[in-house]
Order: sequence, then C-alpha cells, then structure tokens
Amino acid sequence: MEKIFCLLIVFLMGFSLVGCKGRPEATDGQSLVSITGEPAYGDALAEGSIGEPSVLIPMLAGDSASHEVAGLVFNGLVKYDTDLSIIGDLAESWDISRDGLVITFRLKKGIQWTDGVEFTAEDVMYGYKTIVDEKTPTAYSEDFKQVKKAEVIDRYTFRVTYEKPFAPALSTWGNLVVLPKHLLEGKDITKSELTRNPVGMGPYKLDKWISGQQLVLDSNKDYFEGRPYVDQFIYRIIPDRATMFLELQTGGVDMMDLTPLQYTKQTNTEYFRKNFQKFRYPQFVYTYMGFNLKHPFFQDRRVRQAIAYAIDKSEIVDVVLFGLGSPATGPFVPNTWPYNPNVKKYEFNPEKAKQLLREAGWVEKNGILEKDGRPFRFTILTNMGNALRMNTATIIQWRLAKVGIEVDIKALEWSTFVNEFIDKRRFEAVILGWQISPDPDQYDIWYSGKTKEKEFNFVSYNNPEVDALLEKGRRTFDIEERKKAYFRIQEILAEDQPYIFLYVPDATPIVHARFKGIKPSPIGITYNLPKWYVPKSLQRHRMVP
Amino acid sequence: MIMYLAKRFLEMIPTLFGITLISFFIIHLAPGKPTDIFSELNPKITPEARERLEKLYNLDKPIMVQYGLWLKKIVKLDFGDSFSSDRRPVMQRIWDTKKPLIERRLFVTFMINLLSMIVIFLIAIPIGISSATHQLSLYDKITTTVVFVGFAMPSFWLALLLMILFGVYLHWLPISQLKSMNFDSLPLIGQIWDLFKHLLLPIFVSAFGGLAADSRFMRSSMLEVIRQDYVTVARAKGLPEKTVIYRHAFRNALLPIITLTGLSIGGLIGGSVIFENIFGIPGMGQLFYMSVMTRDYPMVMGILTIGAVLTLAGNLMADIGYMLADPRIRAK
Amino acid sequence: MGQYTPRNLFWNRFKENGLALAGGIVVLVLFVVAVLAPFVSPYNPDDIDRKHILEPPERLHPLGTDDLGRDVLSRMIWGSRISLSVGFVAVGIATIIGMVLGALSGYYGGWSDRFIMRFIDIMLSIPTFFLILAVIAFIGPSIWNIMIVIGLTQWMGVARLVRAEFLTLKEREFVLAAKAVGASDLRIIFRHIMINSMAPVLVSAVLNVAGAVLVESALSFLGIGVQPPTPSWGNILNLGKDNIEIAWWLSVFPGLAILITVLGYNLLGEGIRDSIDPRLRDSVRR
Repeated sequence: MEKIFCLLIVFLMGFSLVGCKGRPEATDGQSLVSITGEPAYGDALAEGSIGEPSVLIPMLAGDSASHEVAGLVFNGLVKYDTDLSIIGDLAESWDISRDGLVITFRLKKGIQWTDGVEFTAEDVMYGYKTIVDEKTPTAYSEDFKQVKKAEVIDRYTFRVTYEKPFAPALSTWGNLVVLPKHLLEGKDITKSELTRNPVGMGPYKLDKWISGQQLVLDSNKDYFEGRPYVDQFIYRIIPDRATMFLELQTGGVDMMDLTPLQYTKQTNTEYFRKNFQKFRYPQFVYTYMGFNLKHPFFQDRRVRQAIAYAIDKSEIVDVVLFGLGSPATGPFVPNTWPYNPNVKKYEFNPEKAKQLLREAGWVEKNGILEKDGRPFRFTILTNMGNALRMNTATIIQWRLAKVGIEVDIKALEWSTFVNEFIDKRRFEAVILGWQISPDPDQYDIWYSGKTKEKEFNFVSYNNPEVDALLEKGRRTFDIEERKKAYFRIQEILAEDQPYIFLYVPDATPIVHARFKGIKPSPIGITYNLPKWYVPKSLQRHRMVP
Repeated sequence: MIMYLAKRFLEMIPTLFGITLISFFIIHLAPGKPTDIFSELNPKITPEARERLEKLYNLDKPIMVQYGLWLKKIVKLDFGDSFSSDRRPVMQRIWDTKKPLIERRLFVTFMINLLSMIVIFLIAIPIGISSATHQLSLYDKITTTVVFVGFAMPSFWLALLLMILFGVYLHWLPISQLKSMNFDSLPLIGQIWDLFKHLLLPIFVSAFGGLAADSRFMRSSMLEVIRQDYVTVARAKGLPEKTVIYRHAFRNALLPIITLTGLSIGGLIGGSVIFENIFGIPGMGQLFYMSVMTRDYPMVMGILTIGAVLTLAGNLMADIGYMLADPRIRAK
Repeated sequence: MGQYTPRNLFWNRFKENGLALAGGIVVLVLFVVAVLAPFVSPYNPDDIDRKHILEPPERLHPLGTDDLGRDVLSRMIWGSRISLSVGFVAVGIATIIGMVLGALSGYYGGWSDRFIMRFIDIMLSIPTFFLILAVIAFIGPSIWNIMIVIGLTQWMGVARLVRAEFLTLKEREFVLAAKAVGASDLRIIFRHIMINSMAPVLVSAVLNVAGAVLVESALSFLGIGVQPPTPSWGNILNLGKDNIEIAWWLSVFPGLAILITVLGYNLLGEGIRDSIDPRLRDSVRR
C-alpha cells in the first residue's frame, strides 16, 4: 500500500514541473501591459463568443455573431471613422450631387478577392441587384429599394441614383452589398457554398469552420490596406460565459466581452492587471422587452404603460449591470445627437401600475389579476446563455408579481429562438437587444409594413404618425429637420411603449495584453483589428508561413 | 461454451426489439399528438418542427406501418437529419466518417468510458482486496467512509471543485475541450501528453462513482470468498497468504465484479452527459445535451438508441468476460 | 417473551447502529425543515435585494446571497421542498410499479414472468440518464414531468426484489394453507405475501430516494430540471458554476446539502437493512 502512495506523490510532483501553459505570462513584477515592441507578423487572436454564426454572407445574416465574422471577410464601400464620420473603405472617394440624389463612388484599384479575381464595380452592382431581389431572404433590402437606378460607369466607378432624398444613403454602402459576382452569378445565393465558405476581400479569410466549435480565419496577405499583423483569427464558440472566462485565464481565449460581474469583481487581481487590458465605453446597443402587439393582453396601451411603471429600471441597472450602464428611455443612445432627453419616463411606481391595470379592466383575485375569466399570465422568451437577460427577466417577473401579473420565463437556444419564434412571431414577450447604427434611421424596426417573416418589426407595431416621421427623417439631409422628426418619434414611442426600453449597457471587453495597437473609440475597439499586433517577444504561436 | 454464447446472442434480439419499441413510444410523446396528456406542458413546439417530425417518423400513418418504417430505418442506422442549423444526418454528427477518429464524438465518449472502466478496475480492486484482508482496521474504516461519501457525492459537484483546484488555482491542467489550440502543431509525444492532460479530470470524475461502488463490492465479495471452505483448506495446506489471497480467493471474488462492471456501463454512458458538459469535451454526451436543449428530436432519438445498443454490447462483453473467468460455465 | 418480537429486535439493533441513527436524524430534520419551510426560512426566497449582491456568508445572510441578492439559506430551505417532494413522489411511483410488476411476475410465473423480466432487461439496457433526458426533451421540464419520469426509470430494482421475495415465499406453508382455505389470488398476494416482503422494499425505497434526489439535482444543474427562479439545490449549483471564482458559497453549500441528504438516506437505508438481518451485512448484495 505504501508503495502505491509513494508513487502517487512522485507522480503529482512530476505534474508541477509540467505546469507550463505556453502563453506568455507576466512574471515577478513585469507587466505584459507595459512591454512594448515593434509591430510584427505572427500569432493568433482567439475571440470567445456564445453564439455561433449562422451564415457568413452579410446580407443574409441577422445576428451579431454572423456579422462579426463576416465583417472580417467582407469590406464595404464606406465605413465609420472613430469620430463617427464616414470614410472610404473599398471606395477611394465619392461625390454626392447637390440635391443629394446621386452618389458616385470611385473604387480603389487593384483590390482582389481572395481567389485572385479583381474586385470591380460589377461586384457592387451584383450585390445591389441581389439584395433588392425579392427572392433574397434579407432584412436589409429596404434601404436599397430606395435606389432608383444603379449603374456601372466603368470598371471602378459605381453610381446610384435615389428616388427621393435618403439621408442614411451613404452609410448603407457597407459590406451588405459587395458580392463576388464571378462566383455567384446565375446561382441561388441561399444555396451557395459561399454562405459557409465565403470568398471576400477583407483582412481575413475563412480557413475552416468546425460547426459548434470554432471558425478559423487566416490573414489575407494581399489585403489592400496591408497584411494584417495577426496571422490568425479564431472565433471560438463557447456557449457558457463562465467557461469562456476560465478559458480566458488558461489561454484558450484572448478576447471576450466581460459580464458586468466579471468586469467589476473578477478581473482586479494582480494576474489580470499584468496580463490583460480592460476597456469600458458606452455602446450603440440597448436591451428591451418587446410585446407581441397582436396578443390580446398587450393591445391596450395602458397595460404596457402599467408594466413600465411596475418595473424599476434603476434596480435592473444596479443589479444586472452593476451600474455599468444606464436606463433607456427609447431606441437611441444618450449623448448622441438624435437622443431626446425629454420624453415621458416611467419612474418606478407600482401603485400607478395597479391603477392603470384596473382602468384597463383587470380585477384582482387571489393575488393575480383576471379579466374575462383569464388570469394575467404570460411568458417571456429570451436567449439561453445570457445571464444578464435571464436576470433581467427574473427581476421583471418579481416586480410584476407584486402587481398581480404572473410571468413565466423561458430561455431558448439562439438559432431556435430566432428562426422558430422571432421570425415566426410566436411569442408573447421577449427580452432582446438591438445594435443600432450611428445613423438614426430605424425604419426597419418601427415601420408598420416591416412585419414579414425575418423582418425586424416583429412586434407588429403600427403607428401612422411614426410611419410618417420615419419617412420624413430619412428624406431630408437637414440635421435639424431630422432631429425634430426623431425627437417626436421618441415621444410617441415613449407614450406607446411597444417595447419597454430597459437599459443601455456599457461595453466591457477584455483583451490579452500581448496585443498592442488597440485604440478604444465610440465605435468600439475592433474597427482597427488588422492593425493590432503582437511584438515578437510576446508571440505565443509561430505560424509557419 | 459456444452454446452459452449463442443463447446469449439470441436473447439479445428481443431486447433490441424492445429498445426500438421504447424509443418509438418516446417519439410519440412529442407534443401535439392527441394521445398526449403532456401536450399543454410543452406548448413551445412549433408547427414547423411538428411537421418535420411527422415527415421523419411518418406520424400520419397507422401505428403498425409507422413502426415498420421506423425499424427499417434504424437497422440502416438512419435516424434522419438533425434539426439543427446545419441539417446534417444524425449518424454523421455522431460518427463523422470524414473526420479523424479523435474528432468523432462517439469515439471520444467511448474512449473516455473505456479508460474510466480500466481506471476503476485498476484502483478499485486493490483497494477492495486490501480492505477485505485488513477488515475492521483503521485503513478499512477510512476507506469505507471515503467510499460512502463517494457514493453520495454528486459527480458534477466533484467536477466543479476539481476544476477550480486544478484548473484555476493551480493552473496545472486545462479545464476544457479535448485538446489545446496548438494541438496540430505538436509532435506525437506532445499530442499524447496534451490529450492526457485534458483527459485526466474527466476520467477521474467519470470513474469516481464506479470506484466507490466497485471497491465496496470487491470488499464484500472478497469477504464472502475468504469465509469459504476452500480458502481454509488452502491455508491449512500451508500455502503462503499471498498465494491464498491472489490465486484462490481473488479470482473467485472477481466474478461478481465483472457482472457489476457490465451493469454499470449504462451508468457511465449516462454520466458522460454531465462531465462532458462541464469539461467541454466534444463527445456524444455533450452532443446529447445540446440536442436536448435545442429540442433536436432526431438527434436525441439517434443518440438514445446508439447509447442503448452500446450498453447492451457492454453487458454482453461483461457476460463473455464472466464466462471466460468462471470455469464452471465453460465446463458446460 | 415480548421483548424478542421482530420489531423489538429490529429497534434494538437499529438504536445501536450509530451511523443508522445519524442517517435517521438527518432524514427527519430534512423532512421537518421542508415541511416548515415558510416558517423556518428567514427571507422570502424570491426577494431581490440590490444592496446585497453576491455577498459571502455573514450575520444577515448565513449562507450568503446570490447574484440577485436573494438569500441562499432561504432558497436552499425552499429548495429542500422541491428535492424531497421529487424524491418522495418519484420513489412512490417507482415502488408502486415495482411492487405490482414484481408481484405478478413472482407469483404467476410463466409468461408474465418472462415478459416482465424481459421488460426489465430492456429498461436496464438504456442508459437511465439518457432516457430521462430524452423524455424530458420531448415533454418539457416541469416538476411533475420530472417526478414521473424519474419514477418510471427507478422501478426495476424494486420489481426484481419483490419478485425474488415472492418466489421464495409462495411455496411456504402459510401460502399453501391460505390456498387450501380458498383465498383468492389477490388476497393471497396482498394480505399474505406482500406484507412479508415490505422490509426489503422499504430499504430499497429509502435508498432510491437518495438516487432520485441526485438525479433531480443533476437535471436541475444541467438546466433541464427545475427551472429558475424556482429554487432547487441543483439549479443553485448551476449558478455556482457560473460564478465559481467569486461566490464559492453558491457551489459549496448546495452540493454539501445534496451530499448530506444522500448520505443520510443511504445510511438510513443500510441501517434498516442491517437491523432487519445482521447476517446480511457482509455478504454480497445487489
């Protein structure tokens, strides 16, 4: 017996010798954050994500995971700069006619698709034609249907003429409309293998996609802005945030979004301070609870308002976000020009909530409200793996119970959620978030006609005044006029409460300190990913070219 | 001996039939069917999913026809296509013939369970024997207590505790997946070592319950055997104690353990759902868990059936092992 | 002669078995706590408290708080209700099914015996946990569904036990005597034989409660059992997993509770078995 015991001890000791991890670690006072070096090629960046991309062609994708990866593979004609102005990406320059109806793009020359074929205006034309094609299942066609005429002037010049002035026009020419014509012409885009194995011209190209596990992208050595320094980008799918966090610490993941808890309580140790860089900035994102406005319970506005009064948003921000964010009052982010700070706010007031519910015909019976023999009971759907949303739902459930409304919560896996329930409008209430663009045009979300399958007005909101204002907002280039329209829209939305606008969370990403060149800005940190690098001395992998 | 084997084989057939019947029954639990009293409790099945189910399992046809069609498909291992976004055939997701062996989920689960069983054998048996031979000593009392606690300990709790200790605090071992990211660039010896590091905790957790059970049974079995007359005879003959224990007592005490191990295969396979989930191992258990969570019915049915067949095969192996070990049966 | 009745003998042995007593006390305490939950629980288990998020154990919250500021002790007390009720109902179902099938199988023999034994074999060939998960995938995770499904997968052991008892007992004189007098089969089964087989069935039931509690907590841990915000030890552990590094109390206490409960029932069950017949203590059991 003792023999075995001794063997065990030796065994365990042997282990401690082999405890090395392979990723550079700060040792004895030296912080990786402070080590600098010259830009060098090499190494790989692994990002952790809970959701898996579903399709890698931008116009066909609706979820952020797909867009994130597709965004590295496809560039657009233009993009946002750090000061929120629009600058050229694939387009070298452009002219806008005086009446704002014609935009002429001049493309950069010599850009190649990763299969060697040159990128030309024909590809933009093909992309445009595809996105406005009725048969293409995209949620983004509306913006492009505003175009009256698109022309290829020459190999590198593309011109669009709009029917009416369209304020967001320029900003729409991102990566949604560039497609490799030579690979897709004549084929059905939804059945193309490019959805899972795209050919783009961006800084990275897809090497392999292991379903359920990860996507591996190699750098595009011929990228027109210069070969990216980091040789590989790995998008790892880890549906569980806690596991992802452990992976961050043991080297499996280099970059991830931290939960508020992780940001405030778990990343303040010596280890973290020396080996990681944390960032915090407000994002163009807000979380909301949306009602299915076709559901009998939610058709009465007083009911929706009552629910808004019954909820304490500041409580949610404190508990769920640890204060890393702010309550939302509408679909715009505070401190941006379209944001209207003077809309009706629903300060926490359960008495008022109860009163409104009584007015709407709900009577209390044994602690639950009832009307026409039906108890007030509904289900909130949200996506699995998102503790923030689950907790938000739980807090809402608790608060609503106090005014006599019973709530069930159901968490669904993301793609099932989107495909089977959202797209098919099969829900009572949902807790979700929107990522919005710096341009305030939100036509796709609020316009009453945008209720077809896969379109974004899945709550079936219908307000003619809002419809008119949405039109107005996108038809004029005058900022003051636009501002008036969007301010009024926010007033109406605040009255109507098709969503309960819950909060605007801060972004709190973390990146391993060996990656240099990161510059936080209002548009985030990944906008200049191709320029990030790992100094030679800190490189973990040596990829053989 | 051949007769025995043949009999066993024949007996398996009705059992296999029974498994298919039960699986068939389970499919019909899918909500929406008039037979279901459970239907209101899971209203979240969508008409699309319902439609796909009907097509896949021919639910609109008469019961006997349904069963016949189901059986025909199963024999070919055709469980239909997965409901998940990539719509690959179920069998392919379990056992992808286009991938290297180690990336096939079934293989991964199989390998881990096999290793667990070996570990259980190697550790539980010596512990059981020594407990029996030193009955009522301090050693025995300690091991008995540890074993009892081991019985009662939830495996997922153990997994969490170990993960924190070895993975996070001590940084000794990786805490998820089967291999590190740079696996492909390692030399063969590096790959084996990497695999080993990743497998250590999962195998330990998987084997733990079995360890407790088996060592306890080994002990009981040994105790019973030691009391037998032939052992007293052996001692009286003057044989050294070691020979008495290992040559005579041990062999006989081993027999029930083999049966027990055979019976525990089902438990091992079932347990893989838990630890594969916690440790992020891409095996069949993790796939099963994901399929359950996403209501991927064909996938669930496929893995259930495969799991049952494997368990059956395991029991058969255990029986054969028992037969080989027990000369009384061989003599028949 | 009164002090040597089987019942007295049983109690005497039981009282002397320290471990069995301990097990019994644990089981009793748990039962009382579960029943008296509304009175014993210091807080309402659903009350959210933004000022006490994820706090370690201290005076106000002896077992700490969770990520919504809810008191862990209260949630665990209410969780014990869930765990125990699932345990009892599931085992109740399993025991009834097992007794009926085992009785039929053992008493009548022949085809019914072969059929039922075959059925047991089939059920045992399917990995139990897989089966439970699969069924729950189809019918949805509600507490009742879990109870029923666990019950439907635990009856096999009971059935075998009862069958074995019936096989031995049906040839005994008292049965033959009853038959001679003209008692109906049903009467014989229930009045005479079953009563005598209750002891091992009781033992098996107690042990099965432990198993059921383990299964329920495993299911809840995986997210496919009791759904939050209803508290269950398993789903608190799930939260613990997500907050391993900063809230050890969420992982430790529920796991410990499960351990103690299972241990308690195991010790009680084994203790009862030993007290019924100490000769059985060291022989090979299944």
